[in-house]
Amino acid sequence: MATVYNLFIINKSGGLIFYKDYGSAERMDTNDSLRLASLWHSMHAISQQLSPTIGCFGIELLQADNFDLHCFQSLTGTKFFVVCEPGAQHMEGLLKVIYELYTDFVLKNPFYEMEMPIRCELFDLHLSQAVQKERVFILGR
Amino acid sequence: MQFFGGSAAIGITPSPAAPPGTATSLSGNNANMLYIFNRNGVCLLYREWHRPLRTLDAQQDQKLMFGLLFSLRSFTAKMDPTSVDKGNLGVPLLPGQGCSYHSFQTNTYKLSFMESPSGIKLILVTHPKTGDLRDSLRYMYNLYVEYVVKNPIYVPGSAIKLNKGQLHQFHVQSYGKSVIKERLVNILVQMQLS
Repeated sequence: MATVYNLFIINKSGGLIFYKDYGSAERMDTNDSLRLASLWHSMHAISQQLSPTIGCFGIELLQADNFDLHCFQSLTGTKFFVVCEPGAQHMEGLLKVIYELYTDFVLKNPFYEMEMPIRCELFDLHLSQAVQKERVFILGR
Repeated sequence: MQFFGGSAAIGITPSPAAPPGTATSLSGNNANMLYIFNRNGVCLLYREWHRPLRTLDAQQDQKLMFGLLFSLRSFTAKMDPTSVDKGNLGVPLLPGQGCSYHSFQTNTYKLSFMESPSGIKLILVTHPKTGDLRDSLRYMYNLYVEYVVKNPIYVPGSAIKLNKGQLHQFHVQSYGKSVIKERLVNILVQMQLS
């Protein structure tokens, strides 16, 4: 089972620009989601400092008791992370798909201001479709 | 909390045998560092085997590590999608309260974490492709209990000191399939206070 519980997108300064809940027990309120996003941004940076070898790009996977968190950082510093069920497969692929959707529907949108919260309908639509497809793909097997 | 679960083979005998069927994925020199912290943030033991990059001095590094783990605990407790009432971010959490994590990985390392009910935190930093090390950490915790806590001379909350002779022995034993398991076991099994 590869249920995605929620998705966060953080800009390069650590501010939350997108948060969508797909099925957690209780939807987080806005302030908490902002705090968690900044917290993640800092911890991602600290984890690079603690690396024993050079060339660390930060946390890519966090495994907790009740969920897994997969994080993808683009070359520009924008971070995409999904909270999903423990042991979920194909999350890296899903994150890449989300990144493509972001570049297509957010960055190419002439009215979108960089680093600002994302308010693009087409992005939301295609995102829900991608998450649904992921769910169906896993259940269909 | 799954702390007291696990195989009965990891017993409380004075010389515990290595847990069966563990970590055949660990071959060669896989571990980079080991940290043991108590609940107040005092680093009881720090061991490094392979660490080409050191960004900070030892004290700062240990504080940073502890701080990161502490914040990650708050983060996972709040982020938990399966629980309804999560409390507030920033409230100090007791061991076992709320959802906790057991490992995270980056492209260069994997950090495995275990917290005992008494607040003793064991951290192992290894190669990123390492498997699940929870059993090994639990085993190490048992060794800590046997050889450190039960030692009447040991002062709780102080750093664990290793005898110099044993360290030399540890360097010599570097062959075999589960080399890293042996190394850690040797170093911990021969733990005595100077």
